[in-house]
Amino acid sequence: MAYAAIADRDQEHHLHDPQTFITKYIWSQDHKVIAIQYAMTAIAVGLFAMGLSIMMRLQLGFPDSFSLISPEEYYQYVTLHGMIMVIYLLTALFLGGFGNYLIPLMCGARDMVFPYMNMLSYWVYLLSVLVLMASFFIPDGPTGAGWTLYPPQAITSGTPGSGGGIVVMLVSLALFIVAFTMGGLNYVTTVLQARTRGMTLMRMPLSVWGIFVATILGLLAFPALLVAAVMMLLDRLIGTSFFMPEMLLMGVQSEHAGGSPILFQHLFWFFGHPEVYIVALPAFGMVSDILATHARRNIFGYRMMVWAIIAIGALSFVVWAHHMYVSGMNPYFGFFFATTTLIIAVPTALKVYNWVLTLWRGDLHLNVPMLFAIGFIFTFTHGGLTGLFLGNVTVDLPLSDTYFVVGHFHMVMGVSPVLVLFAAIYHWYPKITGRMFNDTLGKLHFWLTLLGTYSIYLPMHYLGFLGVPRRYYANGVTDFIPESVQTMNAGITIAALVVAASQMIFLFNMVWSLFKGEKASSNPWNATTLEWQTPETPPAHGNWGDKLPEVHRWAYDYSVPGEEHDFLPQTEPVHTGAIVHRDLEDFKE
Amino acid sequence: MAIAVVLILLVVGSLIFHFVSPWYLTPLASNWSMIDTTIDITLIVTGIVFIAVNLFMAYCIIRFRHKPGRKAHYDPENANLETWLTVLTSIGVAAMLAPGLLVWGQIITVPDDAMEVEVVGQQWHWSFRFPGDDGVLGNVDIRHISEANPFGMDPEDPNGQDDILIANPVLHLPIDQAIKTLLRSKDVLHNFTVPQFRVKMDLVPGTVTYLWFTPTVVGTYEILCEELCGLAHYAMRGKVVVESQADFDAWLNAQPTFAELSAQPPGDPVAGQATYTLCAACHGPDGQGMQPLNAPKLTGQQGWYLRRQIQYFKNGVRGTQEGDLFGAMMVPIMAVVADDRAIENVVAYIETLPSEPAPATVTGDATAGKDLYRTCSACHGADGSGIWALNAPRLAGMSDWYLVRQLQNFRAGIRGAHPGDAYGAQMRMMADILADEKAINDMVAYVNTL
Repeated sequence: MAYAAIADRDQEHHLHDPQTFITKYIWSQDHKVIAIQYAMTAIAVGLFAMGLSIMMRLQLGFPDSFSLISPEEYYQYVTLHGMIMVIYLLTALFLGGFGNYLIPLMCGARDMVFPYMNMLSYWVYLLSVLVLMASFFIPDGPTGAGWTLYPPQAITSGTPGSGGGIVVMLVSLALFIVAFTMGGLNYVTTVLQARTRGMTLMRMPLSVWGIFVATILGLLAFPALLVAAVMMLLDRLIGTSFFMPEMLLMGVQSEHAGGSPILFQHLFWFFGHPEVYIVALPAFGMVSDILATHARRNIFGYRMMVWAIIAIGALSFVVWAHHMYVSGMNPYFGFFFATTTLIIAVPTALKVYNWVLTLWRGDLHLNVPMLFAIGFIFTFTHGGLTGLFLGNVTVDLPLSDTYFVVGHFHMVMGVSPVLVLFAAIYHWYPKITGRMFNDTLGKLHFWLTLLGTYSIYLPMHYLGFLGVPRRYYANGVTDFIPESVQTMNAGITIAALVVAASQMIFLFNMVWSLFKGEKASSNPWNATTLEWQTPETPPAHGNWGDKLPEVHRWAYDYSVPGEEHDFLPQTEPVHTGAIVHRDLEDFKE
Repeated sequence: MAIAVVLILLVVGSLIFHFVSPWYLTPLASNWSMIDTTIDITLIVTGIVFIAVNLFMAYCIIRFRHKPGRKAHYDPENANLETWLTVLTSIGVAAMLAPGLLVWGQIITVPDDAMEVEVVGQQWHWSFRFPGDDGVLGNVDIRHISEANPFGMDPEDPNGQDDILIANPVLHLPIDQAIKTLLRSKDVLHNFTVPQFRVKMDLVPGTVTYLWFTPTVVGTYEILCEELCGLAHYAMRGKVVVESQADFDAWLNAQPTFAELSAQPPGDPVAGQATYTLCAACHGPDGQGMQPLNAPKLTGQQGWYLRRQIQYFKNGVRGTQEGDLFGAMMVPIMAVVADDRAIENVVAYIETLPSEPAPATVTGDATAGKDLYRTCSACHGADGSGIWALNAPRLAGMSDWYLVRQLQNFRAGIRGAHPGDAYGAQMRMMADILADEKAINDMVAYVNTL
């Protein structure tokens, strides 16, 4: 904790105080400003991707009434919607946004340990977004290869955007990975090196644990995507054959020979599966803290929660080929990957139990962040359980590549993390802006989002049971697909429109409250963690004024027996004669 | 409080949806009832957990919601409870995994008496190959593929001579016979799926993958591609006809072998000229077509396409749909063409006729049409000259009024609706992207500029 000591002694942070508007808000090295920059960019690009999904839903729901998009555009929107949501929204917002905001504040640091690199991380991320958006302005438009970008079709002529779009996509991904690496090294180093006095690893809030482990996963997984992107670029631009076998394309024999399309899939999913947890682990952590705070109760089984995060993180590297059961890989892999995949369900299920057990015997304040957190438990339970269908190789066989998959991953990787993001935005909004959001609009947003998304995705599972394939521009006349499926598709589209519209309520609330919201106190939820104990709200540059906080207890001392208040901040010293729970000796001095 | 009620309603609603939903597994038509059993087991185990977790959560919300004076219980850990939950979860997971792995073992173990058939995928069509009398599939190579040899058969390999080639997307299979499908792709990834059989597998260029199943119910089932394979992925369809062994044998015997196909002499234009007198009355002696007689231009069209259409008219696949007035006129005339030999000859004769671009008669916005044509160009080529490998005929320089009428017919389900017209069915799906008359005219106006 050398950094903390130096910072304390020398008042070093004053040296970095920004002087002008530009250094304060544009080229800022303050982790909080960078967090907001990351978050605003991610939300903007996420809204754009939501717009793409609405175009797709109008095509699927009312194929005869709207001729808004051609098959090219449909596949381009499918691709960009998926890629933007997974990478440029979720990864960026959880790690670049909340990781940046919460790590220094929750650990009691003045900033990230490499502020300049942190700033660079955001600007390279923004560049990657701009490059991606530029693909809409090139002759053939963006790539329509599906977000998995499987070769050969990603770079062959029958796929939209195989000329320029795929190149732009791969370059943008490479830039994103550079940006992520700069940010990620920062997050890991800050957690390991810049925690304040008394903040032992086992006293860290689960938000920090989730973000920390997710970042390590990202640092290990993104390189696989980077090399896959570089290899595909070489295949596309200079005619190598990493992923390209001999083929007949448009009646002409291709120049390629000997490459393996399945190799790409292994590389992609070696990144792609940990990516699920790069998004999920920060969500797990943040929702744990939100639940504990609003339930006024310690998170149930803290140590198990930490070990579950670590176990899930480790296991996430040995389950990737469950995305490839029908890829034509060696079928004997199915035994191994089905087993590891179902094993990962055990620590994941324990996390769900512990969240629910945190509610059990609590004192539940059903504030807006709490509603979103409870909504998350519901949707995540649903999405996790349907994962047991797809993770089990035999059960996956009829369901793979159908709408069951679409329903499953939107439930578990779309709706669930987004509900946590909303919970987190509402929860930390008073700290970030110094104002309270409008409660009524927040609740309206919650109800429309939860009920709307469930009506979108629950029916999709049943269309999948029936065998309706995903990634179809139109079902056409297909014997086993009855007319009622089209009716359901129209209903799903209407639900999607409602959900999209309800996000406008959220945006309005955020902007309106920024100016007209009630002034927030420094700790409106009576929370224990350090970010709520800053001397100023919103926290000033350097976070802590003259003196760094000192930590004396774990992050979950809510409703401790014999104490006057129902929460004890982590900075609260343990007074003599206090009741210390037998199990807690590890957590207290 | 509302949230607890809603959670209960969502659980109850999901259960009701499950039981009243008209969408569930299609009736099984293969031996893989065990796959359905693993799905049922998984549904029961996960269903119980879904109900239990959410109802318990709803109970907690009702029972422990904030009231003045309530204080939460403080118990950071409960080793007993956590151990119990771990054990119970592990048992539940094992109950799903064990049958899954057992069945997977059977799925990947092909029985010795399985009959082999090769499934060939390409953008955006299916074709099939049987090993013939010797029971061995001949060697194939991408380098051998040509218009005359679409399967890429090695002409030197004796094992391939008796291979039976099904160059259309309808596969016949005998009932109650184990089938091993060898899956081969000529270009990109595809996926062979018949929902009623439950099993599916990707086709991967550069390698051969496999599946096995035993069809158990007579019927016709759709083959879908379920791995994104480019623009017309959703229109890559085929059919599998499951029938009695006798019906299957009769069908298979009527299919050509590679040797038979290679032995066919090329069409004789001199012999074809005599037959062409039938055509000349309407299409003109020079084959340039006559719009007043509703006869399109023939010259310049690709031979394989003319051959296929003549066969369709002759066999009642085309021109028999209600509403196809002009197609109907072709049926009695083509009935006069004696046999496949005669068709070859007349096509050979048409190919000798010089081709002048047909005059433009359709007015439309070619600039708007250019955007629409992007989709078409994936198969018909950027210059509209047609690509045999994609079963896409020439459009550029052909009679534009005829293109308009055919697009209208595709959209109206007049053409492409006959079960024997698999390629027309594909065009029916693709023509749907042209929303109205204006879109059709614009697109055709653009084709006129090519």
